[in-house]
Amino acid sequence: MSKAKRQPKDLILIVAREFASRLATAVLVTDAHGNLVYFNEPAERLLGQRFAETGEIAAEDWVTMVPREELDGSPLPAERLPSRLALHERRPAHLEFALTVSGVRQEISATAFPLLSSERAVVGVVSIFWEREPREGHAA
Amino acid sequence: MKAIVRGCRGSLATPGPRTLRRGGNTSCVEIRLADGTLLILDAGTGIRELGVELAGNPGRPIHLVLTHLHLDHLEGLGFFVPLWQPETELHIWGPVAGPVSLRARIARFLAPPFFPVLLADAPSEVSFHDVPREPWTIGSATISAQPVLHPGPTVGYRIEGDGGVLTYLPDHEPYFGGQVVDLSTDWISGFDLAFEADVLMHDSQYTESEYPAKVGWGHSSVAQAVQFAQAAHVDRLLLFHHDPLHDEEQLDAIEARACELWAGGTPPTLAVEGLEYALGTASPQSPEIFVK
Repeated sequence: MSKAKRQPKDLILIVAREFASRLATAVLVTDAHGNLVYFNEPAERLLGQRFAETGEIAAEDWVTMVPREELDGSPLPAERLPSRLALHERRPAHLEFALTVSGVRQEISATAFPLLSSERAVVGVVSIFWEREPREGHAA
Repeated sequence: MKAIVRGCRGSLATPGPRTLRRGGNTSCVEIRLADGTLLILDAGTGIRELGVELAGNPGRPIHLVLTHLHLDHLEGLGFFVPLWQPETELHIWGPVAGPVSLRARIARFLAPPFFPVLLADAPSEVSFHDVPREPWTIGSATISAQPVLHPGPTVGYRIEGDGGVLTYLPDHEPYFGGQVVDLSTDWISGFDLAFEADVLMHDSQYTESEYPAKVGWGHSSVAQAVQFAQAAHVDRLLLFHHDPLHDEEQLDAIEARACELWAGGTPPTLAVEGLEYALGTASPQSPEIFVK
């Protein structure tokens, strides 16, 4: 078993990737360590990155790769990110925030949920990103 | 290590004149280790005849290792004679499936209205084991189990023993309608189990033309089986889980197609009831093959 070059992905992550790859919704899949192990084509458009070029992204790089902020423009602590909450608190989480990609600010509605194995271990997190409709009282 | 195919038909036992050459019994493989340990992979109808042979020679523990609990992998258990003999020590290994224990799931099947006698009434000494996430040993073999793509909780097995490696993935749809070439190997279901195995027993239930109508049913086309085996650099591919609707001529065509797709090395063959493989120390260069 040790001869294989890379650790095999948990089957739940494999199925999650397969599922995400067929959706028109932006979906990101992180593993049990918070590494971004897959994002689909709609997510590529939101993030301005192609998965085929980036490959998997380590947790620490993923947090800083795309600048994020609260809707009011204040700093967004990483601890508030839905994927972090889903991973560390083992619960679904939701947040609206802003991303800046190639100088363009986009408001995002993100929902994340943990992937629990049959042994109740968190093997990863699925995050769904929607482009948020501008609302009154918030910066557009 | 010796592997004997006791049943290689998929989905439904298919006796009759159309299946005489390769057999109609559902999944079951007998593994004999050099130290005398007996492993049985799955309890399809092929286990019945094995049970008859074992009945006259009780004594050693029997390890029944289940990939999953679909009926074609379990339906022979009630007719496995050692289960009904008090001197039998039977260990049943199977995949974890949430809060319901392996014993409880099997007991649902061995109970009315599906079966006339309760599992609890079997006089043999039966113990149930969830397959560990880490490799474990039975006799002289190290066994690895990993969940694999097939509807419901399902695992595949890699058995390393006596210098040989056998991988058993009888029900497996690793590409789910896609192509292996698109994926790095760590994203391929079952890849580590099969990597550089001497013998890979792998699902090849459908022809390439049949597969598109059956995506998600949990089985592979012959082309996918070949693609998977070649990606994993296995020595010998044994095509398994023959469709009950395929007669011998159709299976001949599937085997021919597999050979056509295979690049280099020993060409694939279809599993046949009674087929024996000698692996490892019994055959240090390449697995020997012969039919009983």
